[in-house]
Amino acid sequence: MEDDKGEKLLVSKIRDGTVIDHIPAGKALLVLRILNIRGSEGFRVAIVMNADSTRMGRKDIVKLENFYPKFDDITKIALVAPTATINTIRDYEVVQKGQVEVPKLIEGILRCPNPTCISRKSGEPVTSKFILVSRQPLRLRCYYCGSELTEDDVSKQLTGE
Amino acid sequence: MPWQGRDVVDIRDFSREDLEILFEAADRMLDELESGNVKKRLEGKLISLAFFEPSTRTRTSFEAAAKRLGAETIVFTAEEAMSVAKGESFADTIRMLDSYSDLIVVRHRYEGAALLAAEIARAPVINGGDGRQHHPTQAMLDLYTVRRLFSTIDGLNYLILGDLRYSRTVSSLLYALSLFRPVSVMLSSPSELRLRDEVRADLEARGLKLREVSIEEGLREADVIYVTRIQRERFPDPSEYEKVKGSYKVTRKLLETYAKRSAKVLHPLPRVDELTPDVDGTEFQAYFLQARLGVPLRMALLTLVLGGDA
Repeated sequence: MEDDKGEKLLVSKIRDGTVIDHIPAGKALLVLRILNIRGSEGFRVAIVMNADSTRMGRKDIVKLENFYPKFDDITKIALVAPTATINTIRDYEVVQKGQVEVPKLIEGILRCPNPTCISRKSGEPVTSKFILVSRQPLRLRCYYCGSELTEDDVSKQLTGE
Repeated sequence: MPWQGRDVVDIRDFSREDLEILFEAADRMLDELESGNVKKRLEGKLISLAFFEPSTRTRTSFEAAAKRLGAETIVFTAEEAMSVAKGESFADTIRMLDSYSDLIVVRHRYEGAALLAAEIARAPVINGGDGRQHHPTQAMLDLYTVRRLFSTIDGLNYLILGDLRYSRTVSSLLYALSLFRPVSVMLSSPSELRLRDEVRADLEARGLKLREVSIEEGLREADVIYVTRIQRERFPDPSEYEKVKGSYKVTRKLLETYAKRSAKVLHPLPRVDELTPDVDGTEFQAYFLQARLGVPLRMALLTLVLGGDA
């Protein structure tokens, strides 16, 4: 973000909150949707789309004032925007910076697409589990029944489409 | 990996060496059955047979195997499963059976049910079939039958015929075959019932080369002809079943026209109309032997998992 002079002209720094940088170009709105941020929450949200990036060519950036993603939120961001970096801001300074990473085992966030998977059976104390098969292209396999999810399936699930 | 205490959920968890130990133990069990002098290796053990989905051969062969070895059984069938369906969860039923018994055999129409049971239960769990996914003991039996018939599993041509999409015996058998060195593995099915992509990709990653063939082409080359019925109960849409119903049939005439004289027909049974009764009296027929070998094979399996003297 700091090497991005064009972006600085567009949006000012935030005092406290989170900057999600290096989002693949065009996916900023998708990231907001999966975080369930609709703009009516009251905190300031800045979106920069198709900014210049030395690393990526084009990228999106989202700034969220006084919002700090939880562990599951970071996993969700990693699933739809695997190149993203999360910067935690306190008093205008970056106090923590990290690259998101799809974990090898994803528990509870996604639903198996197979209606006769035991993880879909109502009344059972079972949490969905997916094993990472491939990061690029994204492929996840249900631990219980072996059904697979692609990047498109994951985006649709996380945005509720 | 030692057999004792092991869950038998997915055939992919086993090595060739594991299966060879099993087959050698099954040979000893078969000898004892034939001599009428079976050692009561599992006396004092209690085995739960939890069949949430109907079964004839798998359940009764496990029950016969347990009883031959001197073990007691608790049998929980689909009918009882129906009566508890209103209230108790599958997980709670497994917990209950776990507290009563030394080993649980479970069959369920949901994929992953046996894996969940194995996570919950302290006792070893044997998968007697979970939905369309796994049927490891049938795959063990299928290869044991081939070994009895041909004295080898390697170096043969296999034709797998029928419903490759929904049949759990097919995917488990193919995974098991990937541990051996078949000359060829040929697949023949209606296009709607081809092997699922994720299964095919996994098999290819394991080095098993698959070739799609017509029935006639496959029959000309095959030593082992493995026929499966269309898994009507697993079709999400009944109209899809109507489209493929009766789409293939192995008959005596077809076998006599195309198959090698030495070829053997296996079928996990039950059959519907895909394998005609006129094959029963021919030299090709090996499916009744296959069904019969279910008892010594499962005797060996129960003994190894429960740490008996195999």
